[in-house]
Amino acid sequence: MTSEPYEFPVERGKIREFARATRARRTSYFDDPEAVTPPTFLMASSFWAGPGAAPFRDESRDWSRTLHGEQEFVFPAGPPRAGTVLTATQRVEDTYTKQGRRGGTMEFTVLLTEYRDQAGTLVAQARSTVIETSRAPEKGPEPPGPGSSGVEPPGAEQSGAES
Amino acid sequence: MTAPAELSWEALAVTTPLPEFVDEPLTRTDFVRYQGASGDLNPIHHDEQYARAAGFPGVFTVGMLPAGILGTYLADLFGPESIRRFRVQFREQSWPGDVLTYRGVVVGREERDGERLVTLELEVVRQTGGVHAKGWATVACGGAA
Repeated sequence: MTSEPYEFPVERGKIREFARATRARRTSYFDDPEAVTPPTFLMASSFWAGPGAAPFRDESRDWSRTLHGEQEFVFPAGPPRAGTVLTATQRVEDTYTKQGRRGGTMEFTVLLTEYRDQAGTLVAQARSTVIETSRAPEKGPEPPGPGSSGVEPPGAEQSGAES
Repeated sequence: MTAPAELSWEALAVTTPLPEFVDEPLTRTDFVRYQGASGDLNPIHHDEQYARAAGFPGVFTVGMLPAGILGTYLADLFGPESIRRFRVQFREQSWPGDVLTYRGVVVGREERDGERLVTLELEVVRQTGGVHAKGWATVACGGAA
């Protein structure tokens, strides 16, 4: 199941803001009108995702047991530049179950977001691996509820140690 | 704000370490600035009362902040346009006041589709020695083969 596509215009001001927040030192992020985006910049596409963007949104999900395990970005020709208008679609690429170290099962969901430019060329892929544990982490967070997009489901980033 | 010179294809061999980046101690302001920039406003990373009610001693780092810093660390070294693949896996949490060190090592080199590609293994390590995140990246290095 693929989500409804949504537009994500890559804006220079957002690049500057994101670059500053992630300690970037390259001056091009701040000075170049056609700056290449920082490697994890596509996280900010959550601002543009519509309500139909997250294909798993309607499933029942216990957010108090949900963790962000991994995040991956693939850029066939490097990250997109300021001025590009991307169109994003999301789908569940994979689901699997693992046994947790402290017992219980861990349900993994790999959410793939594909970004294409105005010409339809695949510019970027982003993979979020979300982990739902069968019991709450010992000091698990309160259920924060789904994020604005489901691109980066909120939760404690403490999970990879168990995978 | 001078960025280090790009590392050359010739200079990089398997097992070559990247120059380390030792960051300033993490602050709550860093978390807020990243959360505002990214749109992930999970209060567990900036609301002390909320974090304590959830059973934590206080707020802790939003993982995509060190992941993002690891990304710009790579971009500083190899150039923003060089990134072909970048993956981060989260391990133990980090906290305000933590001093994180960003480092990596070359694990592969290949020429493919006219590009010289270097593969890297990366780590974000706390001052305790604990691993906050592990990373893997492929970067284009030195233009056409």
